[in-house]
Amino acid sequence: MANGRVAAVSLPADRPVAHGFLSRALLWARANLFSSWLNSVLTLVLAYFLAKGLISFVSWAFIDAIWSLPTQDTRPCRDARAESACWALIGERNRFILFGTYPFEEQWRAALAVGVFLALYGLSTVRAFWNFRLVVIWTVGLAAIGVLMWGGVFGLAYVEQEKWGGLPLTLILATFGIAFAFPLSILVALGRRSAMPAVRMICVTYVELIRGVPLISVLFMASVMFPLFLPEGITIDKLLRAQVAIILFAAAYLAEVVRGGLQAIPKGQYEAADALGLGYWRKTGLIILPQALRICIPPLVNTFIGLFKDTSLVTIIGLYDLLGAAKASIVEPRWVGFGVEAYMFISLIYFIFCFAMSKYSQGLEVEFSRHTKR
Amino acid sequence: MPASLAPAHNTGNPIAVEMRGLNKWYGEFHVLRDINLTVRKGERLVICGPSGSGKSTMIRCINRLEEHQTGTLMVDGIELTNDVRNIDAIRREVGMVFQQFNLFPHLTVLENLTLAPIWVRKVPKKEAEEAAMYYLERVKIPEQAAKYPGQLSGGQQQRVAIARSLCMKPKIMLFDEPTSALDPEMIKEVLDVMVELAREGMTMLCVTHEMGFAREVADAIIFMDRGEIVESAPPSTFFANPRTDRLKLFLSQILRGH
Ligand SMILES: Nc1ncnc2c1ncn2[C@@H]1O[C@H](COP(=O)(O)OP(=O)(O)OP(=O)(O)O)[C@@H](O)[C@H]1O
Ligand SMILES: [Mg+2]
Repeated sequence: MANGRVAAVSLPADRPVAHGFLSRALLWARANLFSSWLNSVLTLVLAYFLAKGLISFVSWAFIDAIWSLPTQDTRPCRDARAESACWALIGERNRFILFGTYPFEEQWRAALAVGVFLALYGLSTVRAFWNFRLVVIWTVGLAAIGVLMWGGVFGLAYVEQEKWGGLPLTLILATFGIAFAFPLSILVALGRRSAMPAVRMICVTYVELIRGVPLISVLFMASVMFPLFLPEGITIDKLLRAQVAIILFAAAYLAEVVRGGLQAIPKGQYEAADALGLGYWRKTGLIILPQALRICIPPLVNTFIGLFKDTSLVTIIGLYDLLGAAKASIVEPRWVGFGVEAYMFISLIYFIFCFAMSKYSQGLEVEFSRHTKR
Repeated sequence: MPASLAPAHNTGNPIAVEMRGLNKWYGEFHVLRDINLTVRKGERLVICGPSGSGKSTMIRCINRLEEHQTGTLMVDGIELTNDVRNIDAIRREVGMVFQQFNLFPHLTVLENLTLAPIWVRKVPKKEAEEAAMYYLERVKIPEQAAKYPGQLSGGQQQRVAIARSLCMKPKIMLFDEPTSALDPEMIKEVLDVMVELAREGMTMLCVTHEMGFAREVADAIIFMDRGEIVESAPPSTFFANPRTDRLKLFLSQILRGH
């Protein structure tokens, strides 16, 4: 590999200027990577470590990796622990990581539920559906997911919520988290700017209180302390409590993001809407929010992504979401010690979702900014 | 006098705006002092005065963008109080054009025009769009209907803003320095639209320093200084025979620039 590095540097510097990609790349490299001898040394040293790291990763993860095991015995993987990834773990345990303790023969239902989620996300990006149709689509979709996951109707066996796990659980927590936290945050942000002091105070207190504590403690409170306050005999299941905790937590952060957007709207927009007699809710819904939310797409999506990953904290209160299931998949003595593979597998899944969100928001931003330059 | 309008024989017309002993304070600061003003239907009133004299504040009281503290203010026969229904009723009948246009940048020109008729007046969408196109013709930019405000020049934006107000079929139009933010070459296109509006008998209250416009269309010009109405006269006497030193000084300053 050292060859490539040397070759790049030792090309004659005074070659005639060609306009091909390669020559432009070389010009760029000379200007940015080899502009002085100190810069050149740093480039070479860094390139060396990067290449070394990359090579050992590629050979660990792909070239020398063990993709399957001939028998139940995991010793081949253990013997080659240092130089080979053991993807046989994923091959054997992927169903458990993806669906947790959901009954094995029924896991097609959980898989289908994930499929419905993906379809819902996909349809939501189609602008032609951005009206009442989206509400219908989501209502139908979520109902279908409920039926698939719970069962008990249409000849599907009933599966109690304690058995749900893996990716469907993560998607449920994240989707409902965003779907409820976002509207709530808009109300809170509007409330902070309300003319009524009591409303303002409630909203400020809520935001400051929630922002002042870690999500983990909110989850603990929801799972341990909250039931203590409920009257005897009434229980709210753990998943719902965690879901509410996530919603309340995310809404506080989102509210601050939305408030930032609201503050960027000039006074003249409010006045023009007032002068037309639109009234508070129409002014807010038709004039102010559409502009404010567009401005804060990047920080909003940032918070959504944070929320998506924060759902993994529910492992701490004993829910088997994607992370929890990954952790549980290597509890079995045969697989103890193969955490890296399990975590890399779920990291890839988290990454795909977060990256998709990020890309979509970038597209949205470009689209919105096309006409509305001020 | 340039192609002037028929002189105002409006004295018998019903009253459009009436202020009686209007006062307003910003904290300690007395912005409007004992304002008495009557504007009849079909009358064109031009308001001028030095910066900070309270011109904007006064006309913004008429549609409750500002709240007055004492005195009475009747608009189109309705008294402005804290009653939200009265405020909404008055805002439906009073159009306003701002110095900074204040178009809605996330909506197309057509959507800017049809929004309020559809949502406030409950006009069917198609009808609202037809009306919008009619008013866009009137302000001579029908070809811009599908564009966004950010894609238009200042003069075009201000004409859209006027059309947006007209789409609500207001009985009274308020203008707060509609040409002050415009480049000189765009001022005329906006003033032309306003002159035409005046010809059609719209009741207009217009804060402006465009004295040519005032001469041409105003039935009366009022001069404000430090929160008071100092003088009020038809254009002929206003310019020829200013009674107070304050107005003389103001006119000498403003006319020198033209
Ligand atoms: N929200 C406010 N709070 C405090 N003072 C204000 C406020 N708005 C306006 N003022 C003050 O009230 C006075 C009158 O303002 P107004 O905008 O009505 O003046 P104007 O005659 O329209 O001036 P201009 O020609 O500069 O537009 C000014 O001295 C201004 O500083
Ligand atoms: Mg002003």
